[in-house]
Amino acid sequence: MWDSTMTVMMLEGIRDTVYMTVVSTLFGYILGLPLGIALTLTDKNGLRQNRTIYRTLDMIINITRSVPFLILLIVVMPLTKLLVGKSYGSTATIVPLTLAAAPLIGRMVESSLKEVNRGVIEAAVSMGAKTKTIVFKVLIGEARTSLLVGVTIVLGTVLGYSAMAGVVGGGGLGDIAIRYGYYRYDTPVMLVTLVFIVAIVQLMQVVGTLLAKRMDHRNNE
Amino acid sequence: MNDNYITLNAISKHYSAKNGTVEALKNVSLSLPQNEIFGVIGLSGAGKSTLVRCINLLERPDTGEIIINRENLLNLGSEELRLRRQKIGMIFQHFNLLEQQTVLNNVCFPLEIRGIPRKERREKAMGLLEKVGLAEKAEAYPSQLSGGQKQRVAIARVLANEPDILLCDEATSALDPETTKTILGLIKTIHDTMGITVVIITHEMKVIQEICSSVAVLENGEVQEIGTVSELFVNPKSRAAKRLLLLEEEEDETYVG
Ligand SMILES: Nc1ncnc2c1ncn2[C@@H]1O[C@H](COP(=O)(O)OP(=O)(O)O)[C@@H](O)[C@H]1O
Ligand SMILES: [Mg+2]
Repeated sequence: MWDSTMTVMMLEGIRDTVYMTVVSTLFGYILGLPLGIALTLTDKNGLRQNRTIYRTLDMIINITRSVPFLILLIVVMPLTKLLVGKSYGSTATIVPLTLAAAPLIGRMVESSLKEVNRGVIEAAVSMGAKTKTIVFKVLIGEARTSLLVGVTIVLGTVLGYSAMAGVVGGGGLGDIAIRYGYYRYDTPVMLVTLVFIVAIVQLMQVVGTLLAKRMDHRNNE
Repeated sequence: MNDNYITLNAISKHYSAKNGTVEALKNVSLSLPQNEIFGVIGLSGAGKSTLVRCINLLERPDTGEIIINRENLLNLGSEELRLRRQKIGMIFQHFNLLEQQTVLNNVCFPLEIRGIPRKERREKAMGLLEKVGLAEKAEAYPSQLSGGQKQRVAIARVLANEPDILLCDEATSALDPETTKTILGLIKTIHDTMGITVVIITHEMKVIQEICSSVAVLENGEVQEIGTVSELFVNPKSRAAKRLLLLEEEEDETYVG
C-alpha cells in the first residue's frame, strides 16, 4: 500500500504543483499587470483615454476568459511544443496556465487599480507627475492591498487549473489524483492528494491575507 | 498698467451627462492680481470647482484663454504643462493624501516627482512639516491624523515645490469652525511670507471674510459680481451675493440659538 515510493511521489507532486502554480502566476503577471494598467489608463476617466485600445483589450480578455481551461490546454499544444519541446509534464503545463492566468490577472489588476481614489490621482496630476509615476506610486502603491489579495485569488485559481491539467498528464498533484483515483480506483491516494491541494490553497490564502493586512495603512489602528 | 497674474478670458465649459448637458461655466472672465488672496464664492453646483480646475487645466475649457504670467496655458504642450503645474499648488476638500504612505513620504512626493535626491527631499520635507507644526507626525499615516492635521500635511506637500500660485478648492469645508480658522491662518501666513497668489474656492462667507481681499460671486456658471470683500459685505449688488450673505446670517443665528 503506502510505501516510500509513494511518499516520494507525493512530495514530487507537491513540488511540481507549487512550481507550476508559482511560475505560471509570475509569468501571468508579466503579461497581466501591463494589461490591467493599460485597461485602467485607457478606459473612460483614465489618464490616457482611448476607446479603441480599451475595447480591443477588453474583447481579447472576454474571449480568452471564456475558453474553458481544458480546451485552451489542447488548443495551445502546438505552441507549448514549440516553446518547451514537449506537450506534457509540469514545465509544459506552464504555457497554457500562463495564458489562462494573464487575462484573469488583467481583469483583477484593472479592478484593483480602479478602486484608487480619483482625488489622489488628481492631486498627483496637479503636482505635475508623469503618468509613469502615477501608475507606480499612486495606482499600484495605493492599491497594493487589493492587488495582493488578487495574487492569492490568482494562485488558488491557477493551482486549480494545474490540477485539471492532470487529465492530459500535466504533472503535479492533480496528475496523481487522476491516475490513482480515476484510472486505478485508489481512493485513499486520491484523498491524500486532495488534502494536500486544499492545504496548499489554504496556506496561500492565509499568508496572502495576513500580508495584505500588514501592508494596509488605512484605518487599521 | 496690467499686473494681472492670472487672467481667465471668456471661459466656457460644459459637461455632457446622460440627462442632457450642463453648462458649468458660461463665458467667465476674471483677472487676479499677483500676490492677492482671491475668493470665489457660490452655492453648490455654481461651477466653482470647474473654474478653479480650469486654472491648472485639470479641466480643459471648451473655449477661452487661461493666461498665467502672460503665458496662455492652453498653448502649452503636455510636457510643458506638466512642468508648469509643478508651480501651481492645489489643495482639496478631502485632502487627497496617499493613504498607504507616511506623512513624510507624502510631503516628499512632489520632490520625488521633480527628481530631487532622496536625502535632500527628506530634509526639505521635514523642514516643511516643522513649518506646519507636524514634525512629530512624520512617520504616522494619514489615517492616524485628524482632518485639520491632514490638511496641514497637504499644505506642507504643496509648499514643497515653492509654488507661485495656490489653489484651494473648499479646503476647509470638511473641517470644524475652529480648525477652519487655524488652516486659514496658516494659508494667510504662507501668503504673507512667501508671496503666493492664492485662489480660495468656498461656499462660506466666513472664509471669504477671514482671509480674502477680493472676491467673485459665481452662480449658475456665471460671475454675478466682482469686487473687494468689504464692498461685498457693505453693499452687495447681485441677488446671488445678497442671498449668500443672508444664508450666513441665518446660520449664525442657529449657532447662537
Ligand atoms: N465631471 C462632471 N461631469 C458632469 N457634470 C459635472 C462634472 N463636474 C461638474 N459637473 C456639473 O457642473 C456643475 C458645476 O459643478 P462644480 O464646478 O463642481 O460646482 P461647485 O464646485 O460650485 O459645487 C454642476 O451642475 C455639476 O453637476
Ligand atoms: Mg466644488
